[in-house]
Amino acid sequence: MKENFFKKYWLVMLCGLIIGAAAVTLTAFGNPANMGFCIACFLRDIAGSLKLHGAGVVQYFRPEIVGIVLGACLMALIGKEFKPKGGSSPVIRFTLGAAVMVGALVFLGCPLRMVIRIGGGDLNAIIGLVGFVLGILIGIFFLKHNFSLGRAYKQSKVEGLAFPVMLTVGFVLTLIGVTFFAVSTEGPGSKHAPVLLALGLGLVVGALAQKSRLCMVGGIRDAVMFKEFGLLAGFGCILVAVLVGNAILGNLNWGMEGQPIAHTEWLWNLLGMTVVGWGCTLLGGCPLRQLVLAGEGNVDSAITVLGMIAGAAAAHTLKTASSADGTGVNGPIATIVCLAVILIVSVTHLKKEQ
Amino acid sequence: MIDARGLSCPLPVIRTQSEIAKNHPDTLEVLVDNKPAVGNVTRFANNSGYNVTVKELEDEEYSLVLTKR
Repeated sequence: MKENFFKKYWLVMLCGLIIGAAAVTLTAFGNPANMGFCIACFLRDIAGSLKLHGAGVVQYFRPEIVGIVLGACLMALIGKEFKPKGGSSPVIRFTLGAAVMVGALVFLGCPLRMVIRIGGGDLNAIIGLVGFVLGILIGIFFLKHNFSLGRAYKQSKVEGLAFPVMLTVGFVLTLIGVTFFAVSTEGPGSKHAPVLLALGLGLVVGALAQKSRLCMVGGIRDAVMFKEFGLLAGFGCILVAVLVGNAILGNLNWGMEGQPIAHTEWLWNLLGMTVVGWGCTLLGGCPLRQLVLAGEGNVDSAITVLGMIAGAAAAHTLKTASSADGTGVNGPIATIVCLAVILIVSVTHLKKEQ
Repeated sequence: MIDARGLSCPLPVIRTQSEIAKNHPDTLEVLVDNKPAVGNVTRFANNSGYNVTVKELEDEEYSLVLTKR
């Protein structure tokens, strides 16, 4: 049984270990503390670099995001799994993507950074994990009652490639020094690993995540719903790699106060991640998985990522995003609104038994 | 028969799970249109006491026939 488990799930576990190691490496080479890999933070930084919001401290066109999408895209093309598909409630997906991002920025991290924060000793992230699991359980309740955003249909190759190509073009423009993109001179946006290292590790993670289908939400969901622990093992491997890496580098500091780019308002840490867990369960995958699917030509996921970028812009413009000082002035009310929106989506998409 | 074409995981598995739980069919055909769904439904069915034969229909669609062991 045990041997069988490793044989079946070695790829997703290897992927988890590599993501964890990549996160520690990127932090060692300049990324913000406990933020080696955070899809929410990085999409927020990209929104900032496009000047969709004016928060000067979080503006940078993160190469990791480009790498993940391209890595997944290339791997899917090689494995003949690039299958453009879409048309499953695009506006609802955009909205859910935005809500998930608002929730993530109340907590200060996507599910991936939540694990990375735990691996750095940040106990606030354990409270986030409780909220995350709670959100997934609520989502599972609706899945079990036949929740569906409707079926997707085949799309053209051009449609499927549009998002990966758009992202690549934007990235190349930043490389050749086009000046209309913003770059932070202070704060988290100014802290970044060398471009090629970030891009390269993004490519590796994207390719492996595509092959192994690693997903933070899927791990907990499948364990609860189907007693399948493969994806959850990948989740665990990320934590192990980050813990070991931080212990080696001496970055492991257990506690709640004074954690890097984190706050201690437990209720909003919890509810922010409830928004993320619930929203992502309805969407079918965590922010990392959405990027990977967008790379595979899934335009519903591409729309979701665009929704997340819009959500990030809104979060900073409307002052709902948290900072190390605590929640934004409008953070709590925005969290409640997001929960209400997700509840409405959940209830209005319950299909009758066929 | 369950038509789960156009649906992404976990929905095909959930449909299969609820059909098995409700009616305990001896055989059940599930239609899906993506590889992850083939893998996930197959794994779930194997764990629930069913053998699975996968047939690729035209145009990236798969028919999974589940037979009780």
